[in-house]
Amino acid sequence: MQFIQQMINGITIGAFYSLVALGYTMVYGVLKLINFAHGDLFMWGAYLGLTGLNVLLALLAQASAWAILPVVIIVMVTVALAGVLVERVAYRPLRTAGRLAPVISALGVAFILESLARNVYGASWKTYPAGITPAGGITIAGSVRVSVMQIVVLAASFLIMGALYLFVQRTRIGTAMRAVSLDHDVSRLMGIDVDRIIAIVFVALYYGSFDFTLGWVFGLKAFIAAILGGIGNVPGAMLGGMLLGIIETLGSGYISPQWKDVIAYVILIIILIVRPTGLLGERVAEKL
Amino acid sequence: MRELLTRLRKASSLRPLWWQVGLVVLSVLLPLPLNDYYRSVLWRTGLYVMLGLSLNIIVGYAGLFQLGHAAFYALGAYTAALLNLYLHIPLLLTLPLSVVVAALFGYLITRPILHLRGDYLCIVTIAFGEVVRLVLVNNLFGITGGANGLCAIDRPVLFGFELRQPIYHYYLMLIFLVITIFGIQRLEHSRLGRAWMYVREDEIAAEAMGVDTTRVKLLAFMLGSGWAGLAGALYAGKITVISPDMSKFMESVIMFCIVVLGGTGSIPGVFVGTLGMITLPELSRPLKAWRDAWLGVAMVVMMIARPEGLWPSRRVRLEMRGEKEEALTVPAAGS
Repeated sequence: MQFIQQMINGITIGAFYSLVALGYTMVYGVLKLINFAHGDLFMWGAYLGLTGLNVLLALLAQASAWAILPVVIIVMVTVALAGVLVERVAYRPLRTAGRLAPVISALGVAFILESLARNVYGASWKTYPAGITPAGGITIAGSVRVSVMQIVVLAASFLIMGALYLFVQRTRIGTAMRAVSLDHDVSRLMGIDVDRIIAIVFVALYYGSFDFTLGWVFGLKAFIAAILGGIGNVPGAMLGGMLLGIIETLGSGYISPQWKDVIAYVILIIILIVRPTGLLGERVAEKL
Repeated sequence: MRELLTRLRKASSLRPLWWQVGLVVLSVLLPLPLNDYYRSVLWRTGLYVMLGLSLNIIVGYAGLFQLGHAAFYALGAYTAALLNLYLHIPLLLTLPLSVVVAALFGYLITRPILHLRGDYLCIVTIAFGEVVRLVLVNNLFGITGGANGLCAIDRPVLFGFELRQPIYHYYLMLIFLVITIFGIQRLEHSRLGRAWMYVREDEIAAEAMGVDTTRVKLLAFMLGSGWAGLAGALYAGKITVISPDMSKFMESVIMFCIVVLGGTGSIPGVFVGTLGMITLPELSRPLKAWRDAWLGVAMVVMMIARPEGLWPSRRVRLEMRGEKEEALTVPAAGS
């Protein structure tokens, strides 16, 4: 029973990893850039969500689960705009500047976002107000407990992932994005507005930012998930996130929670040594 | 600004020997009129110059992305501290052992990932840095003191004279720095140094010309890591308290930025980078809360306006600007 319980917890965490990993994988696919600011934008989404909720609750004078919905939409739009801004200011001028310059620039943006958050919100941990998240849950097969929140998270994640997959595979813009990720210069020749596509990627990827875990560690984990699945590959990011979540939860359940992060990093190192293309990756010859 | 830097660079290349002797004399005299706080700031500057120089071998010369360099700095400090606390070896004698241990770890860690390039190498080194920090926090073998680290490390003793004042530590650092810079300058123009730059510019061509790229890259990692270990041991000797925070990702990023902002592959660049990343923020304590934000802004602006760094080596500058090296005055055949 404990095993099934751990699996369910792992899948829930994995769903978050998958969502963030999708952001990494799409940016990397198009820009060939590790967007270090991604995790920090994610963190900002959480802080803004907290502020939004507090303001809304003060207005409503009554806790309600429905308060989440407008806040999520506002936060998504704001963070997506911030993402576009970051791309405009810090990444676009460096499109032709080799590989080192954008990495430093991305780290610089991460510094700025982190420092801003610390100065505005303080260094202490923030928790979301109680009574917002739906309580309760169901018990299946005797002792395995699934909370309503877990179900909501899973349903939302799968919905978003499915939508994103269809977007990338079926729409005109999605096709253009895949073309760009294969060959920058050629697609520019083919009349695709690379810059616009990249901005849209930044909008699309923040459809996931409504959790409130901290930026950096979570960002790195999500990146590991993206590599595990094969970077630049949308189904790969989903698979990688789920796997990482499950392995981590099992690891902390059966070995020790202290070593949870070490397990994640060791997986990354092993994957990169043994199979740098990831589980579902196709070709990344230039990185080998 | 740019003209000023160019002029400075020209001045520095006029008479290298005089210039260098003058700098050393200046460095010896500099702390004398200052109080202990400023002497400590100077020491810290020296420490990060040394770390920057060690990372410069890896990032600047060999062109390998290393974003986990702080791990070796921490390993050096822990080696010195453990040998000192458990085996009571005097701190100065632990220095060579710290270098060896850090270099050994550099070998063990980078050997399996040497075939990776660019961003992938960068991510693996981040992961290794984090693993080292977490292992130290989780107190493996119960000797690393967990999250609190180790304390009460002996100060270095030289001929029965215990180094207590910041100024003595500053001079100790200066001695090692002069040795380091001399060694690195020699290295830069050696066969190995040229091989590193060859690998950085074009690895396949280097391999085709008979450069053993694996060996050359490994040597860069081992030398760089070992030297970071030395810096760590010197840190342990002055501060006498060390913690796993030395291996924080932030530390690695600062070292990386020192090298890149100053100008990859350039020794004066490391000094300029350290002034910008360490010394100035240290002196502007009131602004400390916003320090990271300003560093971030500086990093983004630098990369857009001057990606080759503030004081780049000539070769890197030409490469980054996409210019040709000035042609030698050999007329083309027939003209």
